[in-house]
Amino acid sequence: MSGAFRIPGAGRFKQAKTARFSFDGQSYAGIEGDTLASALLANGVHLVGRSFKYHRPRGILSAGAEEPNALVEIKRDAARKTPNVRATVQELYDGLDAQSQNRWPSLSFDVGAVNDIASPLFSAGFYYKTFMWPKAAWKSLYEPKIRAAAGLGVSPDQPDPDHYSSRYAHCDVLVLGGGAAGVAAALAAAETGVRVILADEQAEFGGSLRFETGAKIDGQDGFAWAQGAVAKLAAMDNVRVLSRTTAFGYYAQNFVGLVERVSDHLKTPGHDLARERLWQVRAKRVVLASGAIERHMVFADNDRPGIMLAGAARTYLNHYGVAVGRNVGVYTANDSAYAAAIDLKKAGVNVAAIVDLRDNPTGPVIDEARALGIEVNFGRAVIRAGGKLRVSSMSVQPKNGGGERTIPVDAILMSAGWTPSVHLFSQSRGKVAFNDETKRFVPGTYAQDCVSVGACNGTDGLSATVDEAYAAGAKAAKDAGAKTAKGTKPKVDASESWSRGMLGAAPGAGPDTTVKAFVDFQNDVTAKDIRQAVHEGMRSIEHVKRFTTNGMATDQGKTSNMHGLAIAAETLGKPIPEVGLTTFRAPYTPVTFGAIVSHARGPLFDPTRKTAIHPWAEAQGAVFEDVGQWKRAWYFPRAGEDMHAAVDRECVAVRKTAGLFDASTLGKIEVVGPDAAKFMELLYTNPWEKLEPGRCRYGIMLREDGFIYDDGVVGRLAPDRFHVTTTTGGAPRVMNHMEDYLQTEFPHLNVWLTSITEQWAVIAVQGPNARKIIEPLVEGIDMSDEALPHMSVREGKICGVPTRLFRMSFTGERGFEVNVPADYGQAVWEALWAEGQKHGAAAYGTEAMHVLRAEKGYIIVGQDTDGTVTPNDAGLDWAVGKKKADFVGIRGMARPDLVAKGRKQLVGLKTKDPKVVLEEGAQIVEDPKQAIPMKMIGHVTSSYWSENCGRSIALALVAGGRDRMGDTLYVPMPNGVIEVEVTGMVFFDETGGRLNG
Amino acid sequence: MLLIRCPYCQEERPELEFRNAGEAHIARSANMAGETDDDFEKFFFIRSNPKGIIYERWRHMHGCARFFNAVRDTVTDKFVMTYKAGEPKPSKLPGVAK
Amino acid sequence: MAKAAARKTAPAASPSIERRPALAGRSTAATSAKVEVLPPAERMSLRAPEASVAALSKALGVTLPNKPKTSASKGGRTALWLGPDEWLVIDEAGNDPLADCAKVTSLHSAVGISHRNIAIAVTGAGAAATINAGCPQDLSLDAFPVGAASRTILGKTEIVLLRTAADAFRVECWRSFSDYVFTFLSEGSRDAAV
Repeated sequence: MSGAFRIPGAGRFKQAKTARFSFDGQSYAGIEGDTLASALLANGVHLVGRSFKYHRPRGILSAGAEEPNALVEIKRDAARKTPNVRATVQELYDGLDAQSQNRWPSLSFDVGAVNDIASPLFSAGFYYKTFMWPKAAWKSLYEPKIRAAAGLGVSPDQPDPDHYSSRYAHCDVLVLGGGAAGVAAALAAAETGVRVILADEQAEFGGSLRFETGAKIDGQDGFAWAQGAVAKLAAMDNVRVLSRTTAFGYYAQNFVGLVERVSDHLKTPGHDLARERLWQVRAKRVVLASGAIERHMVFADNDRPGIMLAGAARTYLNHYGVAVGRNVGVYTANDSAYAAAIDLKKAGVNVAAIVDLRDNPTGPVIDEARALGIEVNFGRAVIRAGGKLRVSSMSVQPKNGGGERTIPVDAILMSAGWTPSVHLFSQSRGKVAFNDETKRFVPGTYAQDCVSVGACNGTDGLSATVDEAYAAGAKAAKDAGAKTAKGTKPKVDASESWSRGMLGAAPGAGPDTTVKAFVDFQNDVTAKDIRQAVHEGMRSIEHVKRFTTNGMATDQGKTSNMHGLAIAAETLGKPIPEVGLTTFRAPYTPVTFGAIVSHARGPLFDPTRKTAIHPWAEAQGAVFEDVGQWKRAWYFPRAGEDMHAAVDRECVAVRKTAGLFDASTLGKIEVVGPDAAKFMELLYTNPWEKLEPGRCRYGIMLREDGFIYDDGVVGRLAPDRFHVTTTTGGAPRVMNHMEDYLQTEFPHLNVWLTSITEQWAVIAVQGPNARKIIEPLVEGIDMSDEALPHMSVREGKICGVPTRLFRMSFTGERGFEVNVPADYGQAVWEALWAEGQKHGAAAYGTEAMHVLRAEKGYIIVGQDTDGTVTPNDAGLDWAVGKKKADFVGIRGMARPDLVAKGRKQLVGLKTKDPKVVLEEGAQIVEDPKQAIPMKMIGHVTSSYWSENCGRSIALALVAGGRDRMGDTLYVPMPNGVIEVEVTGMVFFDETGGRLNG
Repeated sequence: MLLIRCPYCQEERPELEFRNAGEAHIARSANMAGETDDDFEKFFFIRSNPKGIIYERWRHMHGCARFFNAVRDTVTDKFVMTYKAGEPKPSKLPGVAK
Repeated sequence: MAKAAARKTAPAASPSIERRPALAGRSTAATSAKVEVLPPAERMSLRAPEASVAALSKALGVTLPNKPKTSASKGGRTALWLGPDEWLVIDEAGNDPLADCAKVTSLHSAVGISHRNIAIAVTGAGAAATINAGCPQDLSLDAFPVGAASRTILGKTEIVLLRTAADAFRVECWRSFSDYVFTFLSEGSRDAAV
């Protein structure tokens, strides 16, 4: 038996296998297909959680996504713990393990409930008022304490082992909501042959047909019709049917985000099965069929477990075969709750009384209730619920006052009416309109190509709904380009219908009372709190919302917004539309981070780029550093070496014999066309027209503001072909910068740019023995100094494969950069390495490269420059073509501030104590004895221990630096002031003789 | 995610393929070196930043890689139209009231 | 232009060293899609104004397409329209398109990028779904028919996509992104049966 409250024979869902589950350690039996909520109710369990602020005991309010109370933690294993799962949404599987939240030590005895007794202290706006003083206490005391006490559930503390998938999808008609309206619209659209996606958040389609008993469509029971229609849709090639799928966000141009819960309902999800799938759907037309959400009645202690929405009680009975009590009371302001009473009565549940706030309603459901012998009271209110951990009675009073009568009950079903779900419509930037007659906000002005049908459009009655939806589906298809429709409209043979209801607090919870009549269950907001907000000066509903937190919980006020608005409007003495509705924002229901992140985790978080030579460096035990997305070999430690020892050895080897360096990550752009030189003249400060083919030049690129943007060596391969190199990090933006000018400012030039960064692997061979290492492997290139002088380039072969061989140096030594097609990179490296071994060459990494270039005063753009450094600041005036009429940055460079005296200039620094290595980024002052804050005149940009110089070296940007040569400056550090001498930027081989050494 | 019509690809493509490139129709002087400080300030620093219709440059970075111009409403975030780089500022905008 | 297509350039003096393409031989097969790294091919980035298209088409033996999002293929050589003056030419028959263009005197830029790109084939009923795990374009046959080609996005990288059959795509990406792209497509293929 799957619970004492399960009624044999009742319920539409197929009676499947028994599923054992546990809640707070207690074991229960349910049925596969149950939600956790229906299974708990079948076992007579109503108390499922404690409220957020007052820790009041709470039960199950609803049977759907709007649930504010029944939030639980679902635990699959140590790593799979999901907090804040709505028990009304979570499907049961055998072995499901759920825990209640927000209570200590136990659900029935919760210490935090003292907040309920002390509630006068915690009124609306309490946080804003109470924790103001003393100011310092906020950070150290109040905030940590509040954070510890608040919060819903507990975050998992292990990485999520599940995988999540994502899919971009396109369709002609996207139908959101799979009730009668959505199914009818999808049928109409699908029959035309256009691409249709139909999504519903429930496991089974049907919407309110799941609980209605009076609906008949095409001669069948409404629910059975929906199942048949959806099965037919699912079988069509042009239709995708998604159950357990919530549309959570409606974005620009009919872009809708949906989350499909793929395996949360399965006992053992398969290895390849995602937990959730994110759908990002672009639809030509959207049909919104999101239905309506029932409102509760606002009366004293209306939050006691056992008090629930009438429609929910009906769902539990008619869909799951579960009675929510044995002796239920009904409190309503509209007809729909009668249907729940009637169905329960017919199923053998005693209905103690129906309390109807209306004075003299008439209608068939009222007659039927009476005929079944149910006591019906008009013009009366439930002014209080009795009981604590479970409702035990309802106190009834004529709504205009008078004698009070207490009726024992074990459940109260309530209905204040139905609120159209305009959330998605509103997210689409549509404007809602208030219907004064029905007191509902319904879609008004549309902002996108969508249409609302059925209950979410304020359409009452199944017949009108199906008519409207079918026509809208057909029209949406036609607007999306469909030719002909060939289907037939479903025929509604019988239907239930109701409308109206009430908004705001019921009698007994009016302005003259101080009772706890809850408006927002999840954030513990009462009718009194809303009134207080208005009394304290909140006029806009947006302010009332933030002051009281009404509608700000994870349920986003699905049941509470309209009540809160009505109470605020009443207190303000204004009509509802003048007070206005708060904005609906995505997500409609909470979305997991897993679904949002989807594939983008682990190796797919961000691309990791590796060079062709990477496997060799890895095999050598290189330590890598991240440079943008690239992994670059940082240094190559040998046994027993730390980083410093390795770098020192690598630096010495390069100057003593030779070193090999993987420079493949440098950006490379091939500039081709008859106007290539003209283009280069415009993009770089240097002159290019006269550079002969076969020669190279160090180029500087500026932005229009005159600051250095990038640099690199450029080789001219032919009159109309340049091989341009950029910094590693700058490659993509330099390409974009060049394309921008070429396409939009200089489109008359016949030249094209192609990124060849990844076409060529680049092996730098640097050092006195560099030529000896390369020469034996090269064919067709004369490598003598006469034929291949410093700063030249030749095309030929190395190891039988094509090469662009550059003679250039970033170390100050005789140097070459061997470019080979990337797939040959590793093999050529290995061949050069083998040659290098004959000369004692070392592999060196980026750290040694940095030290070697700093010894020579070569700058690194982005390290020694920061976007505010001009060529003159960097001592690179020689690279600016003085006779050029134009280049990007020519005017910016001449701005008054950029030519003013006293600018920060790049200089060298030598510490007085040669063993002290400065910290990069350290500030420089003239007088270390001045008062704090000291005047900072510059900062260290590069600093290293130089084994080759036998001392520390540094580069720095210093105000008026070049006029301070020989001066002593100071670098104040936490443990003392460091004395430094301003020097030139070249620390090694000042004459540059070693370039040909 | 917006859909943006690329005037070169002649169809609407997802925003992920595009990159904004700032305000359009700010021409670089043919005599750049001779610009006054004031003119350079206007050219380089001053942008209109309007509420409403803005003319801006976009690049179909991960598509045809072309720069083009777009008219967009900064209030609604809607694209009014797009046109090729080098084409004049449109005098009439479809569906925009004066 | 069969003549041109058949013209085989002399193979480069045989390299004395081993070519090591990225991800060589890697493949995964899920229920509905197979993801497989393709062998090396000759590739060229071709840029040219409209006036040069006829001469270049003749030299290449394949008519350079002038319609966005299309490609043309002949004799193992495919030209993909990437932009209004840009084509990616892929030769899988071992012929060098650069050599063919070298003789063309009309204005153009031809740059060899054989080693820059890696090609990954995605095939099977779930091929489009696999790619749509990270590619925002509409890959239905109406919107992206056989022969359609486009530079676009996959996850956080740029790819060039070519539909080679109703249920087959060629995905081209830069060499250093190939591990990411292959892994992404493999992940996508696990979920492509839906």
